[in-house]
Amino acid sequence: MLEEYWTYVLIVVAGFVATDFWRWLGVLAGNRLNEESEALNWVRAVATALVMAVTAKLIVFPTGVLADSPLWLRLAAAGIGFCVFLATGKKVAVGVIVPIAILVAGLFLLEG
Amino acid sequence: MPMSAEKRLERGSLNWFLTGMRGVLSLPAIILMTSYIGFSAFALQAGLTRTEAVAMTLGIWALPAQMILVGSMIGGANIATSFLAVTLSSIRMMPMVASIVPEMRTSKTPVWLLLFLSHFIAITSWVFASTRLRDVPREHRVAFFAGFGITLTSTCALIVGVSYGIVSQFPPIVAGALFMLTPVYFISSIWASAKQFVVKIAFLIGIVLGPTLALVVPQFDVLLAGIGGGTVAYLIDRYRRHRQRTVEEGA
Repeated sequence: MLEEYWTYVLIVVAGFVATDFWRWLGVLAGNRLNEESEALNWVRAVATALVMAVTAKLIVFPTGVLADSPLWLRLAAAGIGFCVFLATGKKVAVGVIVPIAILVAGLFLLEG
Repeated sequence: MPMSAEKRLERGSLNWFLTGMRGVLSLPAIILMTSYIGFSAFALQAGLTRTEAVAMTLGIWALPAQMILVGSMIGGANIATSFLAVTLSSIRMMPMVASIVPEMRTSKTPVWLLLFLSHFIAITSWVFASTRLRDVPREHRVAFFAGFGITLTSTCALIVGVSYGIVSQFPPIVAGALFMLTPVYFISSIWASAKQFVVKIAFLIGIVLGPTLALVVPQFDVLLAGIGGGTVAYLIDRYRRHRQRTVEEGA
């Protein structure tokens, strides 16, 4: 009985509170920032660098099935894809389809 | 005339809420849904019940934090250790939320509403908000984001509940392609929407620092890449603006 509820206590304390605490602090901090302010420029830079760090880690250190694929293939797919995206007028669809196509083709060739 | 203007405003907010809702049919939202199918399979393997997996999705709403919590539950960690592991991975929420709030609110938006809506900000909705909010009239931005955020969270929770026990695994190549969708979507959409120079420098520095610091300080890599990399990007941008101003004044 206690065991059953314990998981929910964990979810609320070590999950919800542990995560939303930072979201609430973010609201309180962000609420003091003016849209034109210098501080917001810095916060924006921090948030962008942070999100891109998470993103790059997904490519360099993936979990699951991609963990077994060669790093050069993932880097080539993302790198070439980004260059094609830049060269063809920055269409998000291009930036998504090209790297996925390279990755899938590479996985197929390596498998066969 | 003023009455009809008021009416238009009221209907406008509902319309913008619905427009935000439609955002769950966009590419990033669909990519996230496939990731949550993966989470559901992981939760099942880890021995969580269907209800627990759904509660975790609704209550935490951050995939990395959810994976960490499940991982520490499997490992039998105590509540304090689990709290620490999860909270360290969630510090990034603070600058993410803080950078969205000034763009989303008006001077009249109540704080409780922002506190409530902040729960729905995670990486996908951060990208969605930072690329789309600027095209929405300011007075409707809260409604627009609420429509998107609440719908996306509920849909993903529903998907976790429904796919629990059904989808055990995708074929490897499909799973690989699905996993890769998230980073390549973030890369192209954030770059395409980067209007300010400072965002572009932060983008490049973050990409390089993330994996590099992961090798050096694995526990704090993302946080350091964010604060350190973001600060360097900000200083470079400020120096550049300063020099431009000096040149203009000199000319």
